[in-house]
Amino acid sequence: MFEKVLLRNIEIPNSHEIGVYENAGGYKSLATVLNNYKPNDLIDTVKESKLRGRGGAGFPTGMKWSFVPKDTKKTPLLCCNADEGEPGTFKDRALMEKDPHMMLEGIVIAAYAIGAKICYIYIRGEYELSINRVENAIKEAYAKGYLGSDILGSGFGLDVYIHRGAGAYICGEETALLESIEGRRAQPKLKPPFPAVEGLYGCPTVINNVETFACLPHIIERGPDWFKNIGPKESPGPKLYCLSGQVKRPGLYELPMGISIRELVENYGGGSCSGKIKAVIPGGVSAPMFPENQLDIGLDFNSLAAAGSMLGSAGVIVLDDTTCIVQVITRITEFFNHESCGKCTPCREGLDWSAKILLRIEAGEGKHEDLERLDSLCNTIFGNSFCALGVGASWALQATLKHFRDEFVQHIEEGKCPFH
Amino acid sequence: MPGNLREQIELITDRYPNRRSAIMPALFLAQKQHGYLSGEVQAQVAGILDVPEIWVFELATFYTMFHTEPIGTFHIQVCTNVSCLLRRADNLLKFLENRLQIKTGETTEDGRFSLSSVECLGACDKAPALMVNQDYFENQDEDKIDQILDRLSAMGMNVSRDK
Ligand SMILES: Cc1cc2nc3c(=O)[nH]c(=O)nc-3n(C[C@H](O)[C@H](O)[C@H](O)COP(=O)(O)O)c2cc1C
Ligand code: SF4
Ligand code: FES
Repeated sequence: MFEKVLLRNIEIPNSHEIGVYENAGGYKSLATVLNNYKPNDLIDTVKESKLRGRGGAGFPTGMKWSFVPKDTKKTPLLCCNADEGEPGTFKDRALMEKDPHMMLEGIVIAAYAIGAKICYIYIRGEYELSINRVENAIKEAYAKGYLGSDILGSGFGLDVYIHRGAGAYICGEETALLESIEGRRAQPKLKPPFPAVEGLYGCPTVINNVETFACLPHIIERGPDWFKNIGPKESPGPKLYCLSGQVKRPGLYELPMGISIRELVENYGGGSCSGKIKAVIPGGVSAPMFPENQLDIGLDFNSLAAAGSMLGSAGVIVLDDTTCIVQVITRITEFFNHESCGKCTPCREGLDWSAKILLRIEAGEGKHEDLERLDSLCNTIFGNSFCALGVGASWALQATLKHFRDEFVQHIEEGKCPFH
Repeated sequence: MPGNLREQIELITDRYPNRRSAIMPALFLAQKQHGYLSGEVQAQVAGILDVPEIWVFELATFYTMFHTEPIGTFHIQVCTNVSCLLRRADNLLKFLENRLQIKTGETTEDGRFSLSSVECLGACDKAPALMVNQDYFENQDEDKIDQILDRLSAMGMNVSRDK
């Protein structure tokens, strides 16, 4: 068994309360930081730990923080991305419901590093319990002097506010998220300028994921060497994996980065429901799936990227041999089509076309030319989309068409879905 | 819902450097009070925040959690995304359509139940999952849904309108 770090408190009754968190050693790292670290030392420590963002892109956290200009007149802002909308993902919800103070302590530490005085936590609107728990945690933290104008007598101050999302997947994309806080429709913006230079209200803004923040107190407590020695060198640390789909023991697992897909599904998840895996989606539905013979790949940023997919949100979805792959990718494409923000044509129109063709194939009314049409639509969307939504959607479809072409052809030739 | 809308909205504007940012939270407050965001309610929110009505309209129509049409007292939302689909969420949706005698996207004639399918609710390890208003119901099957519907039907109309 691996030692649980991020999930170490969640079995304790009332783990969301500040007293429980403090008893388990909580907020000690914050005190250490405020007493012993200068902001720059803190950034260096996080760089040394090799922590990479847990929101999907895996960007090195310390490096992101160091992009905030030092000589800026505008006070930097901090945002916590708690919009968790990638299908197959439920880790941030668990952290916020069960241990909101771990994230909050990380937020204060990050704010100190970049010199932010305000942090907005953008929480997915449907996550009512998360919102209540985080709201309450913020109140408790103010009362204990972990938030407010003079945190633990250090002279450093931070205010934290929740901004509730209202049901749009695209708000998870960081520039769209900032647009949403500014009270506009959530549509991604051109980068550069990168948010760290010019973000929310024109101020330098750092955006990190809930789990990224939750890693920070542990890096301070145990040191960057401890963190970087867990899992692969270039992509280390403890990691939350969301296991779901046709697997015997679905759930949230904390394991080292780099554990193989097979090990997660077989050893921890108890194997697939039917006993025979057909494919696994490794990082939420934007991440291209792997057929059964490629499951020895490690679940970490570099290994998955090298194999043509991504760790993304670490939403691992198991498809067993009773699954119709065409049905699954049709549903995924419908999802992206529904959530496309409509700003650019390749994504807006291309996904609509793709979904229509896929529905036709699944209904047994597809033609052989449809597959070539899908191939070429994927190429267009992939190469011409404004943001990663369109890119991810076409990437996932492209890989499915490649790995499971036979199943598409079978639908077309039999004139029906062989599974339904 | 106690307190007047203007006071509640004024309280949240302090969190942001400008009033436009307060439109989303204001719309949540208005929807909680009025059940849905009619043109009139949107205009009221714009008036309170002193922002152009178009700004409010843009957001009320962009985000799926905002309702610009009346919605049932109980809004049942069934997740039909992949992990739930793999656990037969489509059957549950059909079962609900049958029990409520409406199609997905519709509201019962008495205005009590609305039925929607939604994207992933972040409960994939407990699939299939659904929500009734703000509450989660996980690991659902037909028996459990029967029980939920029976309980809701018995609850009468004086229930929380939180959406
Ligand atoms: C379409 C789309 C959806 C995204 N959704 C989320 C999300 O729900 N949560 C999240 O933390 N990051 C999400 N991201 C990634 C963010 O843009 C951003 O990279 C991340 O929040 C940065 O935090 P990190 O460096 O700690 O990972 C999404 C990106 C895209 C393109
Ligand atoms: S790729 Fe899709 S989601 Fe992204 S900006 Fe274009 S239309 Fe919007
Ligand atoms: S797919 Fe249904 S809750 Fe995630």
